[in-house]
Amino acid sequence: MSAATARAARVIAGFLCLGAAAVVPLADAAGPAVSEEAVQAIAAQLRCVVCQNLSVADSPSEMASQMRDLIRERLAAGDRPEQVMAYFVQRYGDWVLLAPPARGLNLVLWLAPFGAVVGGLAIALTLAYRWRRRPAPAPAVPPMGPRDRERLAAELERLGD
Amino acid sequence: MKVRARWLIPLAALPVVGLLAYGFRADPRAVPSPLVGRPAPAFTLTTFDGTPVSLERHRGQVVVVNFWASWCYPACYEEAPVLEAGWRRLREQGVVVLGVAIQDKEPASREFIQRFGLTFPNAPDPAGRTSIDYGVYGVPETFVVDRRGMIRRKHVGAVTEAVFREWVEPLLRESAG
Repeated sequence: MSAATARAARVIAGFLCLGAAAVVPLADAAGPAVSEEAVQAIAAQLRCVVCQNLSVADSPSEMASQMRDLIRERLAAGDRPEQVMAYFVQRYGDWVLLAPPARGLNLVLWLAPFGAVVGGLAIALTLAYRWRRRPAPAPAVPPMGPRDRERLAAELERLGD
Repeated sequence: MKVRARWLIPLAALPVVGLLAYGFRADPRAVPSPLVGRPAPAFTLTTFDGTPVSLERHRGQVVVVNFWASWCYPACYEEAPVLEAGWRRLREQGVVVLGVAIQDKEPASREFIQRFGLTFPNAPDPAGRTSIDYGVYGVPETFVVDRRGMIRRKHVGAVTEAVFREWVEPLLRESAG
């Protein structure tokens, strides 16, 4: 789905470029032409606010499509991509970014996986080293108690009969 | 070593369990809005009756901006009578309720307004501009704007009597200056 969307976006972007080239004198008055790729690039980094785990680029919802229109409009008005992102962050908070910014408490999110891998490797290596150094002791048989001894004698006697 | 490990493993699991207990009980929809405490984004919309409605015109009043949709059942259906009652009770004292129908079909919105006999201004949000400007991610969502035009409260879910009592009425006692 995502690859198909990207392909479709590229085709559309190609047509838009052709179209833009043909109407440059007219389009000049309306500000710089916005490529569909530029819109998608921003939309892919924004969380679709009415979906579960979908980006604004991938969601077919009405709200996402309105957001894409808004991105296109702001880019056409001369906003830089960072400014468009900032517009959404001001309203929705960092939550709207699919990749949380690596600062403050968010650093835990970014660093914890690496910490877990390093910690896990350290534990695994330590254990492996320990097991190799210490040969497994022969399984100890608990000494027979007087009750067991009695029972053994009784069983043997029964078998002997 | 053996004894220590027996305690260490459950002890190591404790923070994880704690985090999960917190995470699963928190409402994933209750994302704090960065707009609270900031000036309310301006908007001018045209109501279903054809009259223009803008936030600017109501500066000096306490404005309750409610985002709703006719397909939002049951929350929007629960809050509609509460909003109407709150508006009727407090309008003389300087409260305005403004409804914004988002992601909705116009005939369905009109039917909803008729069904509940809503008399406060209600307008559609054709391109979703106003709802995106307010960082809306679902319906119903309600913003309480004070007399100075600042957003003081964002309420997610159906508006209740308590919202009017605890968040709207106290703002009436504040001055517009």
